[in-house]
Amino acid sequence: MRNVIMLEGSKMLIRIGDDLDHHTVLELKDSIDEMVDKGVVRDIAFDFSTTGFMDSAGIGMIMGRYKKIAPLGGEITIVGMNPAIERIIRISGIHKIIRMELSK
Amino acid sequence: MSDKMRLEFDSKSSNESFARVTVASFVVRLDPTLEELSDIKTAVSEAVTNCVVHGYGNEEGKIIIECYIEENEITIMVEDYGVGIEDIEQAMEPLFTTKPTEDRAGMGFSFMGIFMDDLWVESERNKGTKVTMKKKIEKK
Repeated sequence: MRNVIMLEGSKMLIRIGDDLDHHTVLELKDSIDEMVDKGVVRDIAFDFSTTGFMDSAGIGMIMGRYKKIAPLGGEITIVGMNPAIERIIRISGIHKIIRMELSK
Repeated sequence: MSDKMRLEFDSKSSNESFARVTVASFVVRLDPTLEELSDIKTAVSEAVTNCVVHGYGNEEGKIIIECYIEENEITIMVEDYGVGIEDIEQAMEPLFTTKPTEDRAGMGFSFMGIFMDDLWVESERNKGTKVTMKKKIEKK
């Protein structure tokens, strides 16, 4: 599945596709930043419900977006992680700066 | 009895998923858990991404992966003929990256070390880099 980006007011919801690696980060990053840089986005939520794989490129992408919206008082939320992705997020330490919503 | 395989492919970001999925398929004969499989996919993805981004700097090149299985242990070698690493110790430090402006987390080698049992890195300037990783798959 491809990535889907939705905007609800000042909140951007990004449904990540099958994988979040260096390749898919390249596809996704510019479209997110375009809207963030316009100043319409304050909070970002990443939905991993349909994602099977993430590596450190995904961590770098989330950290980079955090650096952009944190000075504006924005928040990053991550939802729908499978156990493998949750493990990567915890090992990386970024769960300390973002909000994780654990599913079920 | 050992089992071997060798892959050679173009250095392109679109081949990162091809590489990790192919290695994972090769490991399946050891009956890994989902977690072990996911560890291996992550480590391979990190190593191949390093070849694409750093070894070849997103330019053309070839990446070689060789795998062999001995008993219940998988050895994975990922090699490029790119620029090489100037200071391997520094490159392996957590959070170190030569490309901070590109949102690289600097966690590639750390993840390879965490998710595999052993990790060796050999590199020579303008000759290339070879990463060797080993992991034992627990017998069920």
